[in-house]
Amino acid sequence: MAACCILAGELLHNIKLIPYYQKSSCLFIRWISTSKFQCSSQPLEKSTLQQLVGVVGLEIHAQISSNTKLFSGSSVQFLAPPNSLVSFFDVSLPGTLPVLNKRCVEAAVMTGLALNCTINKKSVFDRKHYFYADLPAGYQITQQRRPVAVDGVLTYSFLGGRKRNEVMRKNVYIKQIQLEQDSGKSLHDDVNSQTLIDLNRAGVGLMELVMEPDMRCGEEAAAAVRELQLILQALGTCQGNMSEGQLRVDANVSVHRPGEPLGTRTEVKNINSIRYLARAIDFEIQRQTEVVQRGGVVLNETRAYDSKSGETVAMRDKEGLQDYRFMPEPNLPPLLVFEDEASLPAGVEAGQAVLLRTLRAGLPELPSVRRDRLVQTYGLLPEHSFTLVNEDGLMEYFEAVMKGTSRDPRKVIGWVTNELLGLLKQQDLSVSHSSVPPAALAELLELQEAGRISSSAAKQVFQEMWRSPGKAAPQIIQERDLGLVSDDANLHQICQKVVDSHPDEVRAVRSGNQKVLNKLMGLVQKETKGRADPVLVRKILQEKTS
Amino acid sequence: MLGLTLKEVSLAFREGRISPTELCRKCLNRIKKTQRLNAYITVTEEFALKQARQSEARLLQGVPKGPLDGIPFAVKDNFCTANIRTTCASKMLKDYTPPYNATVVQKLLDQGAVLMGKTNMDEFAMGAGSTDGAFGPVRNPWSYAASYRTQAGSASDSDWVITGGSSGGSAAAVASCTSYLALGSDTGGSTRNPGALCGVVALKPTYGLVSRHGLIPLVNSMDVPGIITRSVSDAAVALGVLQGADVRDSTTVPAPSALTELPEDFDVRNICVGIPKEYHAPGLSEETRAQWSRVADLFEKAGARVEQVSLPHTQHSIVCYHVLCHAEVASNMARFDGLEYGHRSEMKSSTEVMYASTRHEGFNDVVRGRILSGNYFLLKQNYQHYFVKAQKVRRLIANDFRDVFGSGVDVLLTPTTLSDAACYHDFTQEDNRTRSAQEDVFTQPANMAGLPAVSVPTALSQRGLPIGLQLIGPALEDKKLLCVARWVEQNVGFPSISDCENTQESRKDPGATRREQASAV
Repeated sequence: MAACCILAGELLHNIKLIPYYQKSSCLFIRWISTSKFQCSSQPLEKSTLQQLVGVVGLEIHAQISSNTKLFSGSSVQFLAPPNSLVSFFDVSLPGTLPVLNKRCVEAAVMTGLALNCTINKKSVFDRKHYFYADLPAGYQITQQRRPVAVDGVLTYSFLGGRKRNEVMRKNVYIKQIQLEQDSGKSLHDDVNSQTLIDLNRAGVGLMELVMEPDMRCGEEAAAAVRELQLILQALGTCQGNMSEGQLRVDANVSVHRPGEPLGTRTEVKNINSIRYLARAIDFEIQRQTEVVQRGGVVLNETRAYDSKSGETVAMRDKEGLQDYRFMPEPNLPPLLVFEDEASLPAGVEAGQAVLLRTLRAGLPELPSVRRDRLVQTYGLLPEHSFTLVNEDGLMEYFEAVMKGTSRDPRKVIGWVTNELLGLLKQQDLSVSHSSVPPAALAELLELQEAGRISSSAAKQVFQEMWRSPGKAAPQIIQERDLGLVSDDANLHQICQKVVDSHPDEVRAVRSGNQKVLNKLMGLVQKETKGRADPVLVRKILQEKTS
Repeated sequence: MLGLTLKEVSLAFREGRISPTELCRKCLNRIKKTQRLNAYITVTEEFALKQARQSEARLLQGVPKGPLDGIPFAVKDNFCTANIRTTCASKMLKDYTPPYNATVVQKLLDQGAVLMGKTNMDEFAMGAGSTDGAFGPVRNPWSYAASYRTQAGSASDSDWVITGGSSGGSAAAVASCTSYLALGSDTGGSTRNPGALCGVVALKPTYGLVSRHGLIPLVNSMDVPGIITRSVSDAAVALGVLQGADVRDSTTVPAPSALTELPEDFDVRNICVGIPKEYHAPGLSEETRAQWSRVADLFEKAGARVEQVSLPHTQHSIVCYHVLCHAEVASNMARFDGLEYGHRSEMKSSTEVMYASTRHEGFNDVVRGRILSGNYFLLKQNYQHYFVKAQKVRRLIANDFRDVFGSGVDVLLTPTTLSDAACYHDFTQEDNRTRSAQEDVFTQPANMAGLPAVSVPTALSQRGLPIGLQLIGPALEDKKLLCVARWVEQNVGFPSISDCENTQESRKDPGATRREQASAV
């Protein structure tokens, strides 16, 4: 339980650190660009050839979203009382045998398909041996020799370029996806010098994804992991919550001069958010660069990221002496995956087999396809499609609003990504917890479209709707007298007052500087608390200044 | 009554000649009387009597569960039994009580069979003598039979012979008539070897036909629960109950056919018996060779086709068996770290120290030696050279059998062991490693290939000790194999141990023993 509390504590800590970006049109991009180190997206110039560059590969453990564990019937649940979800097999009682969970296989195969992997029709399980208190059997069942999926590619994008508004598309190759058991948790009580073991997590199904060292910096790695996270969530194969350990990312980092062999790598562990991933990698590249420039040698070691200091610190020498003594798991027959029912051998029931065709047909819309669709259907900018897809539930919200309004999608996107997301972030809420449902926002936008309120009044109404959940826009407009002022005589009077009191501006307009007209319009809106019909005001002011 | 076969006792129950409770008491008494055999590590007296009473109630109501209802049976102490300690004859598990029953145990209990106790063995089934367990060696019941005593001379107790192993306790339990059926485990011959030396029928079914769930493993890829009985038909009845797919063991397969009775119309003239020439191994005793030859002749005279065949890779089998065995042992034993269950050392200055001292204190030299060599074989630098090579040879051995059976041979006839049982004193002159290599030479190839094999007692040696022969069949042809085995049983005229009972023993319990003698097969 203590470990869980620590995690929850760090979670809160993380949230506080997330800045509030009311005006950001693309939260995710801003979010990861907090890393101080940025990749050059330009081709390398001659002068930079001798510069050291970072090389980043990732090993990702994704906890499979499944009701039961990989080889036993125990439930899978976060924050359950310690050792309450432990079967005889999980605690490695002598004589117990593993029984493979079909759901976990299907999750790994779906993930493999979504990442363009080759699915091995036949894969096998191996034992990886090491003694550790939270590994009851003394070995982990994994897929070392022939994993379930190999040779995939993940395409991810992020905003780059000088203004950081160009969509940069990159590939990272997936070496393999293997099924394996999670370990339990050890809680070291240094005061009483004892170790407490919680085996709730022991035997939970993991997909280990090995990403080739195709990335160059924290930003790229963070974007790749975020894309993976979205894919896993879309598939439902992993909930992807890093702070709960459902997605654990270890980074293999090295530096070298382009064209030369890769440098010695370090493995950075203990990273529990995407933002920290970017920071940890960039710190490590910087650290290694300095070591090499000083003429030093980078050690092959495991380093832990300390989120408080933002640094990586040496944990232990890397596996120099560790020999895992792999051997085939003799209690599990080879894992077979079939193309379709027709390819099933005699005696195998369709209900028991894992069928590729069925899984392929059931794949949901993946994030990249969603973004393309949003751009094409609504004419959005690519960066907006990123925000909608990358923020959990925001796309669904946006599309629900679009159903209830005839407003230009490019106007609606501003409301969703600025007004709504701003308030959500300010209060640290997810989209599903929005106090303004999409239909209510659509109603408000319709009122604006119909000319009933000005855009600045609409924003005030929205704030009020947020504060008073359930109150509809028309009611707020009426109560607060925020309706559009389109009374001709009244507006004439106010405009005259503004024109009279600002002779310099009027002169400027008359001499052809039409921009100054906007300032006068602003002054009129100030007088009317933003309720004046802007079209009418402009017309009146033009008349009075001509 | 105690010397009857399982089928005969079952009939006696139905005819009211004896009740399950009476029989259970008799067996418990006999266990006490034969205590010096050291066949049992744990005797489950109360549980047995309770079960026997339940069985009796069913019989009285006329609703027995089947042929095993009320039948006393024993279980090797490496099968988990719920709430009954399961030690593997090791200090590591000497106080370990599992919370569940092995599938095979559960199946027998579900049939109303009465558990008498847990039988002695070599520690973690590593041995071929039942001499290397934490609870002391098992003595072969034939050590006290008249046939042996008259040969051995003096009444001295020092010349008792071993049971073979590692399921020596189970074989001794059945041979000494304290149980009608016993479960053993067979990894390289651990059921057939003591079966041969104790003069009982010992079946190692096809790998995967009987569930290993709850069997504390030696070598997962070769372990098979073994069946020890006093007749082949009894073994068939037990296999009929035990066989079949188990959701808890992914390596099991559905039974090819229901197996209750062996067909009466079996005709030996329709079969072809192969005699593998490579089994004329060095060290094969003249007497055993003669029995082998005698039974081959019996087949021929009865009209069966008898052919010499070749299994060319046999000589390499035992070495590869040991590499694979030790590698899996190293892996399987890793779980015994003293944390979750079993022995835990008092030395706890660090987790590593606790592991090391727990394992040093808990395992005997044999187990530790196999863990050491097994880990050596699995090291990255050695894996290809040892483990992979041994796996390749294993494939060749399996192919040898496949080729022979593919050429029309129905069953192979071989010796089970090199000779009859050795005196404990002689046996322990050599170390466990050497003995295992000698004793498993004829039996482990069937484990390497996953084939069914059965040892059938054939004759008594000049020393008055049993000699058994082995029959090996193609995968999943267990039923046919048992048919051939029964034919051998019917034609060799092996004497019942009851006929050879020590006169002294008989005097102690004249009534019971006379009856047994009278009704023995």
